[in-house]
Amino acid sequence: MAVEVKATPTSEVETEQLLTGCEAIAEAIRLADVDVMAAYPIRPYDGVMQAAAKLIAAGKMDVEYIVADGEHSQFEIVKHASAVGSRVFVGSSGVGWFYAFEAIAVTAGLRLPVVAICGNRALDDPGAFGTEHNDSLAVRDLGWLLPWAETAQESMDLALMAWRIAEDTRVSLPIAIGLDGAFLTHSQTLVKVPTKAAVDAFLPKYDLGDRLLHPDNPITIAPQVDQDWLMEIRRQNDAAMRNALGVIAKAHADFKRIFGRGGDDPFIDEYMTDDAEVVFFGQGTLALPMKVAIRRLRGQGHKVGLVRLKWFRPFPVQQIVKSLSRFKAVGVIDRDYSFGSPYYGGVLYNEVRSALYSLAKRPTVVGFIAGLGGREIEQPMAQEIFDKTVAAAKGDLSVGDQCHWIGVRD
Amino acid sequence: MTTTQAKTTDITVEVVYRGIFQKTLAQRICRGVVLAARKGGYPGTAFARYGDSPERNGVPAKQFAVVAADDTRLEASMARYEPSVVDVTVAVDDTLVKGVESWAWYGRQPIWKPTSPNGFVIVTSDRSAEEVLAQTDKTDRPFTLAIVPGAASFAGLWVYKDDHTDWRVLGAIAKVAPDWITLESVKAFVREQTKDENAVASVQFGHDHTTLRPVKPGEGTDAHEVLQFDKPGWTTMRPGIVVDARKPGERNPFYKKYSARTQRPVVNFDTCIKCTMCWLDCPDECFEVTPTGHYEVVYEACIGCGICAQVCPVKDCIVMVDELKFESNDDKWQQWQKDRAGYNQWFEDKSGVSAAPKTRAAAPAAGGDD
Repeated sequence: MAVEVKATPTSEVETEQLLTGCEAIAEAIRLADVDVMAAYPIRPYDGVMQAAAKLIAAGKMDVEYIVADGEHSQFEIVKHASAVGSRVFVGSSGVGWFYAFEAIAVTAGLRLPVVAICGNRALDDPGAFGTEHNDSLAVRDLGWLLPWAETAQESMDLALMAWRIAEDTRVSLPIAIGLDGAFLTHSQTLVKVPTKAAVDAFLPKYDLGDRLLHPDNPITIAPQVDQDWLMEIRRQNDAAMRNALGVIAKAHADFKRIFGRGGDDPFIDEYMTDDAEVVFFGQGTLALPMKVAIRRLRGQGHKVGLVRLKWFRPFPVQQIVKSLSRFKAVGVIDRDYSFGSPYYGGVLYNEVRSALYSLAKRPTVVGFIAGLGGREIEQPMAQEIFDKTVAAAKGDLSVGDQCHWIGVRD
Repeated sequence: MTTTQAKTTDITVEVVYRGIFQKTLAQRICRGVVLAARKGGYPGTAFARYGDSPERNGVPAKQFAVVAADDTRLEASMARYEPSVVDVTVAVDDTLVKGVESWAWYGRQPIWKPTSPNGFVIVTSDRSAEEVLAQTDKTDRPFTLAIVPGAASFAGLWVYKDDHTDWRVLGAIAKVAPDWITLESVKAFVREQTKDENAVASVQFGHDHTTLRPVKPGEGTDAHEVLQFDKPGWTTMRPGIVVDARKPGERNPFYKKYSARTQRPVVNFDTCIKCTMCWLDCPDECFEVTPTGHYEVVYEACIGCGICAQVCPVKDCIVMVDELKFESNDDKWQQWQKDRAGYNQWFEDKSGVSAAPKTRAAAPAAGGDD
């Protein structure tokens, strides 16, 4: 529940409120003046639909709020609304996200700028509420842009950037912001909420141009095609994903100029890496316990840092190569699994290794599967990750170039 | 006798057919080619059109069969939808020689387009080779036109019309490609399949009665419309899988449906009572209202389904006529306006029915049988 701790602006552009990640997203929906949102409850995403409903009930937000009969309809509704010129929001979690999968696939194929959150949750079975990234990651090849947030503040900031990036005609692709279930979606932190005027200066109106589906603009969308057409259509999506890198960078720069937040790099966030010999690498809230570990390890004289990935798609190869090639070893921590993958590693592990492959001098990459099902990353686990990463940096082949499950009972 | 030039690697036979109505027939011919060739020791492959389109009623579609000297050579013809060059083209409906449009964006293709020089175009027809050739696009290569006697055989997607068209066509193929498919191997295959000597006799009949007419470059007609489209690249295509739609009242210049037609409606404007039934019931919105309040067919849009002739309450006012009797897709109302007697003569010549007014067809009794 949103508790306004300060009604007075902290600056001309924002106020401070105590918000969960879900509530921060709801505030972004209000600020972005979203036209249509479709909802269907599943934890932890449903925190957003509840927070948005409260904003509507309180008279603070005017949005066409459609409760669908299931996730598939939910995602279809916003896809169609987007095609007729509505700014939209949608979201889901876990197997609910999977139930919408056909709609998710066609939304990217159609290049419609749907903005979603995926409240990351372990996939059934067994039913579980805790966070894993496999729900979001399942769409990694389809043309969805996939950023991950670390904090409620970053959730809101990414959301405000999301409409601008998705709706940019050079991109025109959907975005799903990854929010770790519980840790981010349901914990309240102090969030700087921008004023509407400041957001308006950052976020232009949604304009689909000559792709607008309207009787005055007769077009056919998505006719059946065959092998003579599909490759060109896929290549267009490929180009859009490439364009996204530049559009994200520009949005990030403008956001930082107006609101003063967002870090040095749009795509990665580095922590104590200047003199680091080994680094941890991951995304989402696992950065928080790893930063605690880094400060503790630094107190013991270890040169260790963290590189947090903010955008998984498009995967920022240039930034990753430039950053990670400075270190002796990289411990990639996956809050996901990819059973039977190369070296039985997580998704991030294999993406990072692939990005570094052609470098003449590359760090050793060690994989860690940790925190599945929302298991907390405790300091002894962080210590084990550190010890193995250091061993790999020293050339211990029994450790390096392979993957380890952390914090799992034998 | 002319036969395919002895090729040492492989032979490709395509069957051009009317979608749905002849799909089973085309499949049986293609399978027959492969299985008969197998009797001679050759491996082969048969491939049916894959996907939804153009497998629609009457829309020209293709299947093909390849027979090769060995498995390795066969591989070169596999994992393909449609061969670009064939040795033998079989058209199982003679109106297909007016051109095929198997995919709208390929444009209208001459029936011989993929046929290799000195190859064969086999047509099932009860017309003479000269009549068929008169409606075939003017060729730029020599080929042999082979006529298998018999009218076009139409059935359905799940229905096989057992009129031996497949066996007669296989006999004709054996006649033009004996290096790969011998008459004896076809007969052995058909005997094994059917255990029916009448079917075997039909193979022999097809072989013996198929006439061969060598066609020289320059022979054929240039009356048919040329339709050719360029496919855009990814940089020029509209993003978001968007294509221009037609505005109300506009017809699609890229997608013309007439190649699906085996018959076309001709209209007796003098007996038309302007009841609007044809205009209302036409599933393709082919009819335009003329200044006189009559309804004329836009032949580029007409697939020849015959519904207009069925719903017309006036006897012989709309008559369905064999498509091979026409070259032009021009609208006819103008001609009737200019010269009614001349138009009515044309109507009678084409349709074979009198243009004079008749009594109305008796309306079916209420709840009557049909």
